[in-house]
Amino acid sequence: MITGRFFAAGADRRIAITIFILLAVAIIVPLLNLAVSPTSAFYVPSYVVALTGKYLCYALLALALDLVWGYCGILSLGHGAFFALGGYAMGMYLMRQIGSRGVYGNPLLPDFMVFLNYGELPWFWYGFDQFWFAAIMVLAVPGLLAFVFGWFAFRSRVTGVYLSIITQAMTYALLLAFFRNDMGFGGNNGLTDFKDILGYNVQADATRSALFAASAVTLALAVFVTWAIVGSKYGKLLMAVRDAESRTRFLGWRAENVKLFAFTVSAVMAGIAGALYVPQVGIINPGEFEPSNSIEVVVWAAVGGRGTIVGPIIGALVVNAGKSWFTGVLPAFWLFALGGLFVAVTLFLPKGIVGMWDSWRGNARALRAASIAEEDGTDPDVAPPPKIVRSAARTPGDWSASGPEPQPAE
Amino acid sequence: MSKSNTILYLDGVSVSFDGFRAINNLSLVLDKGEMRAIIGPNGAGKTTMMDIVTGKTRPDSGEVYFDGQVDLTKHDEAEIAMMGIGRKFQKPTVFESHTIEDNLMLALKGPRSIFPALFHRRSAAEARRIDDILGIIRLGDKRDELAANLSHGQKQWLEIGMLLAQDPKLLLVDEPVAGMTDAETEETARLLRDIARDHSVIVVEHDMHFVRELGVKVTCLHEGSVLSEGSLDFVSADERVVEVYLGR
Repeated sequence: MITGRFFAAGADRRIAITIFILLAVAIIVPLLNLAVSPTSAFYVPSYVVALTGKYLCYALLALALDLVWGYCGILSLGHGAFFALGGYAMGMYLMRQIGSRGVYGNPLLPDFMVFLNYGELPWFWYGFDQFWFAAIMVLAVPGLLAFVFGWFAFRSRVTGVYLSIITQAMTYALLLAFFRNDMGFGGNNGLTDFKDILGYNVQADATRSALFAASAVTLALAVFVTWAIVGSKYGKLLMAVRDAESRTRFLGWRAENVKLFAFTVSAVMAGIAGALYVPQVGIINPGEFEPSNSIEVVVWAAVGGRGTIVGPIIGALVVNAGKSWFTGVLPAFWLFALGGLFVAVTLFLPKGIVGMWDSWRGNARALRAASIAEEDGTDPDVAPPPKIVRSAARTPGDWSASGPEPQPAE
Repeated sequence: MSKSNTILYLDGVSVSFDGFRAINNLSLVLDKGEMRAIIGPNGAGKTTMMDIVTGKTRPDSGEVYFDGQVDLTKHDEAEIAMMGIGRKFQKPTVFESHTIEDNLMLALKGPRSIFPALFHRRSAAEARRIDDILGIIRLGDKRDELAANLSHGQKQWLEIGMLLAQDPKLLLVDEPVAGMTDAETEETARLLRDIARDHSVIVVEHDMHFVRELGVKVTCLHEGSVLSEGSLDFVSADERVVEVYLGR
């Protein structure tokens, strides 16, 4: 009982600390990049700003996955698709900002369209010269796809590994579609050679810092939103659907709608992550739809600890920092290292870094309280750590009202 | 047979899975406010009958009416639950990662859509109702504990408590005393008799001692249809029941 409350308090404090750190980073890193002289020891090089900004986008994607996988048990192996769609929406805006500065100097058509002999702008490119329109599409396209996809999948009660497989198929189908030149999204080259965002040069240090700050603030906001969702009655319902879906149905809840809402919110979050990612890396191509990308997101969440909000963020940062370092030292072995990491986490840290930390802290706390109580000569008023579940064959306790003698059943 | 004044009316219901007739021309009528015990050997179709009533399984043929007028074959689980049929599973099914209190809160009668749940604040009336139920199922001192930490018997009680929170008209209770000590079994019988005062109840159970405690009309199912029906003494004296179920 007490342990439960401690955990609750601990988790809330952790959310607050995470949000604080993200907001602080959003201010400090750009300051250290822009206001400190490059010779100073405190100077943060521009490439580091861009790299960590990219990681923060990945962290937001991992957090989006955590909402559905950690809290609702939907193992989506296609979240990279929502990320990429958000990225494409932003990429289309950035393409149209190029204007007549492209290689072919066409004021209306992006370079790849001139190259592919497009006569006029395809209808779905209209409106993307306006930032507000692109911003709405960043939310709407992944959200709508997730809604339609989830509507059919959850209504047909596709669950477990089958759902994972069709999410994987979805991202693969989109990969193949976006590779086609006829799709009108630049084929396998994708969209690149961006110049401006909101009138500022995307290559400039100040713009990069602003994008970094935007990523950090958005992530902080997403942490807050996820925490609020998970802590509400709906969030409890979400976990209830994860643990005992049929029970929720027989209580009158529509489990498919519960899942659909979380899946759609998660897809929108992934789309935002993609939209922040594209101006920072300067390119979006169909490679972002690769099924392996989506699987990598699952690894981040698993390493950090799913169902913990903070865990997937830590996982995304740690694994990607590891990837950057490892691909520099031993580029050929990165995939082996990633696979090994996943196996090791599954075997030794089934709850991920944060989950492991929690149970370690819980045990330590229970032990400490027990030893203090022993010194005082009183009963330790501490519940056992929650991972220890009493066996089903119980001894009758104060709960049974009369006749404490266990007797064989008839 | 008249449907009026019945809470549950099954007539000529059949369902088969891959050629196996799980329910075969089953007819069963439960009056309003009645409690009924259903016994029968494994595979007699007891759980399948509950699946049909709660909308999990569609019957191949036959009529299933709730409250004399609602055709249950036209509705799904969530709709049927909202009409007022609550179900306890054979294996106790509670939300293990939630506290006892949250388990009841999710079961509590009220709107079942997403957005109200997102902005839900617990009202005083709801808190009182949860306190009442915690008292009835005697888990008041464990309200903040995780359901996973409950014993098997306590989970059974929590699940019954969740049914009460749902405030159904008809409760289907599948094997409520499996894995309980005799003392707990007696308590459960007392609890169900209390509940039966203002609800209609169907209890499926193998424990004849418990069925005797309930002291209600008994239906014995065998191979998907009713084998015998009447008082426990009448049913247990029936030659065919002795043959297939009780044993000589």
